[in-house]
Amino acid sequence: MVTFLLNGEIVQSRVGATDTLLDFLRERMGLTGTKEGCNEGDCGACSVIVTGADGVAQAQNACILFMPQLHGRAVRTVEGISGPNGGMHPVQQMMVDHHGSQCGFCTPGFITTMAAAHKNGATDHKDQLAGNLCRCTGYAPILRAAQAAASAAVPLWMEEDVSAIDGLPSEFVLPESSDELAAWYSQHPDATLVGGGTDVGLWVTKQLQELSQVAFLGRCADLQQITIDDTTIRIGAACTITQVLNAMRDVHPSFADMLRRYGSVQVRNAATIGGNIANGSPIGDSPPALIALGATLHLRKGDIRREILLEDFFVEYGRQDREAGEFVEAVSIPRQADTLRCYKISKRFDQDISAACGCFNIVMEGEVITSARVAFGGMAGTPKRASSVEAALQGQPATQATLDAAKACFEKDFTPMSDMRASAEYRLQVAQGMLQRFFDEKSGHMTDVLQVRA
Amino acid sequence: MTVHRSRPHDSGTLHVTGAARYADDIPTPANTLHLAFATSAIANGSITEMDLGAVEAADGVVAVLTARDLPFDNDVSPSAHDEPLLSTGSVHYIGQPIFLVVATSHLAARKAARLGQITYAKDTPILTIEDALAAESRFEEGPRIYAKGDVEAALGSAKHRLSGSIDIGGQEHFYLEGHAALALPQDGGEMVVHASSQHPTEIQHKVAEALGCPMNAVRVEVRRMGGGFGGKESQGNALCVACAIAARLTGWPCKMRYDRDDDMMITGKRHDFRIDYDVGFDDAGRVSGVDFTQYAKCGWAQDLSLPVADRAMLHADNAYLLDHARITSHRLKTNTQSNTAFRGFGGPQGILGIERVMDHVAHHLGVDPLQVRRANYYPSAASISAKTKPTTPYGMAVTDSILHELTEALEVSSDYQARRAAVSAWNAENAVLKKGIALTPVKFGISFTLTHLNQAGALVHVYQDGSIHLNHGGTEMGQGLFTKVAQVAASVFGVSPDRVQITATDTGKVPNTSATAASSGTDLNGMAVKAACETICDRMAAHFGGEVSFANGNVTTPGGVMRFEEAVKSAYEHRVSLSATGFYATPDVAWDRIKGQGRPFFYFAYGAAVTEVVIDTLTGENRILRADILHDCGASLNPALDIGQIEGGYVQGAGWLTTEELVWDDNGALKTHAPATYKIPCASDAPDVFNVALWEGDNPADTIYRSKAVGEPPLMLGISALMALSDAIASTGTAYPALDAPATAERVLAAVKRGQR
Repeated sequence: MVTFLLNGEIVQSRVGATDTLLDFLRERMGLTGTKEGCNEGDCGACSVIVTGADGVAQAQNACILFMPQLHGRAVRTVEGISGPNGGMHPVQQMMVDHHGSQCGFCTPGFITTMAAAHKNGATDHKDQLAGNLCRCTGYAPILRAAQAAASAAVPLWMEEDVSAIDGLPSEFVLPESSDELAAWYSQHPDATLVGGGTDVGLWVTKQLQELSQVAFLGRCADLQQITIDDTTIRIGAACTITQVLNAMRDVHPSFADMLRRYGSVQVRNAATIGGNIANGSPIGDSPPALIALGATLHLRKGDIRREILLEDFFVEYGRQDREAGEFVEAVSIPRQADTLRCYKISKRFDQDISAACGCFNIVMEGEVITSARVAFGGMAGTPKRASSVEAALQGQPATQATLDAAKACFEKDFTPMSDMRASAEYRLQVAQGMLQRFFDEKSGHMTDVLQVRA
Repeated sequence: MTVHRSRPHDSGTLHVTGAARYADDIPTPANTLHLAFATSAIANGSITEMDLGAVEAADGVVAVLTARDLPFDNDVSPSAHDEPLLSTGSVHYIGQPIFLVVATSHLAARKAARLGQITYAKDTPILTIEDALAAESRFEEGPRIYAKGDVEAALGSAKHRLSGSIDIGGQEHFYLEGHAALALPQDGGEMVVHASSQHPTEIQHKVAEALGCPMNAVRVEVRRMGGGFGGKESQGNALCVACAIAARLTGWPCKMRYDRDDDMMITGKRHDFRIDYDVGFDDAGRVSGVDFTQYAKCGWAQDLSLPVADRAMLHADNAYLLDHARITSHRLKTNTQSNTAFRGFGGPQGILGIERVMDHVAHHLGVDPLQVRRANYYPSAASISAKTKPTTPYGMAVTDSILHELTEALEVSSDYQARRAAVSAWNAENAVLKKGIALTPVKFGISFTLTHLNQAGALVHVYQDGSIHLNHGGTEMGQGLFTKVAQVAASVFGVSPDRVQITATDTGKVPNTSATAASSGTDLNGMAVKAACETICDRMAAHFGGEVSFANGNVTTPGGVMRFEEAVKSAYEHRVSLSATGFYATPDVAWDRIKGQGRPFFYFAYGAAVTEVVIDTLTGENRILRADILHDCGASLNPALDIGQIEGGYVQGAGWLTTEELVWDDNGALKTHAPATYKIPCASDAPDVFNVALWEGDNPADTIYRSKAVGEPPLMLGISALMALSDAIASTGTAYPALDAPATAERVLAAVKRGQR
C-alpha cells in the first residue's frame, strides 16, 4: 500500500514495487493527460510535479518513478494544473495564447515542467525545459509562453501539504535512515537499492526485469545531507544531482556547470550521486569530476564502514569494489582552491550522455604546473584518471611544447571504443582538444561556444 | 472573413489541460487485449526453427500468431505488395515483425514477445549504399534519369569544373506519440479502427484486404495524431492490420502501441542519400551544366521509396535555373528499415545536393556563396517573357519565382552583409572559436507527384440551430489543418469559427481520401470544404430567391437581413437540404514520371533563411546563434499557425543536419533507437535570436483564398545551418570543408582537421 496526494486528493492504493507512476495514472486512474513518449525518462512527455515535505515542486518523469517512491509525497499531473473550477494556470493560458502547442502530445509534460519552474520562480527557461522534447514547434513559442507567464502569481491551488499523510505505514522497504538501510541490506544483500530510479527504472521498463527485493532510499534523511566544513565537503549518497549542483555552484562552479547538462531537471531531481557512482557506469558524469577533485568514497555494510579513493572503486567495466550488502553512504571531497574545469562532449548539449567527459584539476604556480589530476568518463570501461597525461604535465612549464607532449600521452592512458556516440579516434582527439582548451582558456581565449552570442 | 487571421489551434485548450485524446487515450471496452510484435534479430536470412512454447505459456498470453495464422492477405505495403505483416520465413532487417503476441496487458505482451526461440540461417546483409551498388540490389530495373540540354557538352566547355560528393544521413521522425491502434470488432463482421495515421483510407484498404472483406466493412477514425511528419503515412498499417486480425480471431477489441524502442527499430525513416556531382561554371559562378547522381538507401521494402526518390530528382534544381542538367537516381534495396515519407519526401536531399554545389562553387571562386546563388536563381515572375519561360530539368515552366525579391528583403531585414563582415572580423580575433553565416533559398513543388492523389472530399452539415458540423479527408497531426479548414467554412458562412464543430477524420463520412501529406492538406481539403459550404449557401440563396450574402453572423437576403441561425431555421422549415459534400481536384497537373516530363506541381512555395553559427575548432562542438527567415505562404490563412510551421520546420531541418545521427552496427542493428541515443533538438538548440516573417503576396495560382502550402517547405530552411557550419569551417583552412550530414561535433572536427592538413 502506498499513500500519496494526487492532484490534492489522498490516494491509497495497492501497487507492485516496480509499478510505474505513469502506468498507474493512465491504466488505473484513467488520467491519460500524462503521456508515454519514450518510457525511459528522455522525452519529458510524462512529466509530473512531485512535492515532498520540504514543499519544493520537482518536475520528474512518471515513466521511471516507482510507486513506492511516492509514499508520503504529493503528485500533481496536468489534470491538476488547472484550478478546481477549470481556471487555467498562467502557463496554460500563455501556451494557448503563444501557440505553444501543435500536435499537443508533448504539451502536458511541458505544462507540468513549466508550472514547477513557475512555482519555484525559475526563469532559466531553456535549462528548465531541456528535459521536454517537442518535435513540432521548434520551441520558440514555448519559450515565449514560459517568459510571458513568469511574472504571474502562482495559483493557490498549486500549494501542496503532505502533513496529513506523513508517517503512514507501507509494506515497502522505505528506510528512514542509513542505519535502518544498513541493517536491512546486510540481511538482503541481493536486493536492489533504488535512489531516484533513473537507471533502475530502465531495467524495468526496457529490459523488463522483475526485481524481487527493492529498497527505496528516498526517505533516508541522513543520506540526503551535504555538509561543508573547512576541510571537507561530504555529500550523502542519496543527495540528488540537483542538490549537488546547488552545492557546487560556489565551490567548484565548473562542476556545477557540467551538472547543469547532466540529464534534465526531471532527471536531476530524481537521480542521486550515490547511484551515479554505484552503478559503475563508464559514462556517468559525476565520477570524473569527483576523481579529479581527489574524492573519497564512504562504503558501509551493516555497521562496518570503510573509505577508499573513488578512483579505486571502479575496478573494471561492470565490476566495482563493493561487497554484496555494502552500499555507498557518502562521497567526500577535500576542500581546495578551485582549479577544476569540467568539459562534457555530447551530440546535443543538453540532456545527452557524454561521448567523453574530461575533468582537469590543474594547479599552477606562476608558469609551472605543480599538480595535475585529470580524469575522464567515456574513454575506458570505467571512469579513469589519465595518469600519463598527468605525469607529462606535472612539474612542467605551461608551454605549448608541454601540452603537445601531454596530448600524445592520451593514447597511453586510453583505448576508447567506437560506438553510436563517437568513434574511438574522435574520443582521443577531443580529449586532446579539451586539454588544449584548459590552457587556451587560461590564456584568455574564448573557448566555450555556449558563451557566444550572435 | 475569418481567414487571413491568426487563431489558436482548435485543440490548444485541450492540449494544455491534458484533455486532448490520442489513440492510446481512448477508453477501451472491458476485456480489450493488447498486442506486441516479436522482431528479427538478424538482418538477412531465413528462419530455420521457431519454438514459441514459452511465449504461449507466458502470463496473460491469449494467442500467438505467425504468418500461417493469418486468414487472408499477409501484406501491409502501401505500394508493391512486398511487405508481409509477419515474416513468411525470410527476414530482411533487424526489427522485422516475426510473430504477434496477443495478451491481457501491454506489458504481458511485451514480455512474452521476448520469449520466442528462433533459429536463423544467416546471409550476408546489404547494409549500405555501397553494399547495394556492389550487389546491384535495387528497386526498379535500373536508375531513373531526368535530363535537360546537353550536359556533357556543357561540362566539357565550362571554364571551371568541380566534382564532389555529399553523404546525407537519414532522420527518425520522432513524433512524440508513437504508433498506436485500437480495433473494435462490430456485429456482422465489420471492424472499426482508431488509428494514429495520416492515411485512414490506406488503413481501411489494408485492413479490408487482411480481413478478406470489402472496404465498406471497415471504418477508420482518426481524431488527431501526436505528430506525424510522414512517419504515419504508411507505417501505421502494420499495427492496424495486426489489431484487426487479432480482434477478428479472438472476438475481442485489440489494441497495440509500440514502445519507443520498438517504434524506432521497426519503422522506416527519412532516406539516407549520397549525392555525387560534377558541375561546370563560369567566373561569376553561373552554372553551365551539372550532373547529379543520387543514391537513395530505401531499406528492405519498396514502401514510398520510388516517389521519394522522384521528388529528390525534382528538387535537384532547387532555386536555380539549369540550362544543362542530368539527374540520375539509384533506388537501392538494403537490409535495413524500409525508409519512408518524411516531411519534404526526398525534396530536402535533392535540394541539399545543389546547395552543396553552390557552396563548393563559391568556395572555389573565393566569393560569397550568396552571390553564386543569386547568379543562378530562376528569374522573377516579373521579368519573364511569354515566349521564353524558364523551365526546370523536367520541363515545367517556373513562372512564379519571387526569390530575387524575397532574398533582397531578407538580406536587408537580417542585416546579412554587415553580419558577414562582422563574422570575418570576429574570426580574425578569435583563434579557437569560429563563426559562419549562410543564406539559402527554398523552392518547393506543391502537389502529389502521383497525380490522381490530388483530390479531396468534404462533408458539411448545418443543423437547424445554426451550428455547423465539419468533416473532410485531411488528418490533424498538429499542423493546424482543422483550424484552418474551420476558418474556411466559417468564412463561407460568414460566421465565427466557434460555430464550426471540427470532427474526427472518418472513412465513413468522406471516402477515398489521400494521405494528409505533400503539404497539401489545406490546399485540397480547404477547397473541398469551401465547395461543400458553397453548395449549402447556394441552396439557401435559392430558398431566399436571389442574391444572398453571408457575413458577420448575418445573412443578407433580398427580403432583408437576418441572423445566420434564423436563415438556417427558415431553410430547414422550407425543406432545404442543409448537408452537402464537396469535392476538389487540383487542376492543370500532368506528369510522366518515367520520361521525367510534365507539370507535376500546381505551384511552388518559396522561402529563404540566414543562419549564423559558431564552432569550436578543438572539439567540433557547434551551435546555431541566430536564424532569420522570410517565407512565402501566399495570402496566409492563419499567420500564427504558418509561423509555427516555419519555426518548427526550420528546427527540425537543422536537427536533421546537425545532431540527429542514425547509427547502425556492422550486423545491421540500429544502435540509436531511443531518445537516449538519437538526439533531436531540445529547447536550448533553438536559435537564441529567431526572427521569422511571412512574405506578403497572393499565390498567383488559384488556391484556397490564395494561400500556399506550408507543411514541408520550411524544413529545408534548415539547410542554411549546415552551410553556415561549412562557412565557419572554411575560415580555418584552405581546402573546401566538404561537410557531410549530419554535421555532428565529430564531423565538424574532422572537417576542420582535413582543412588544416
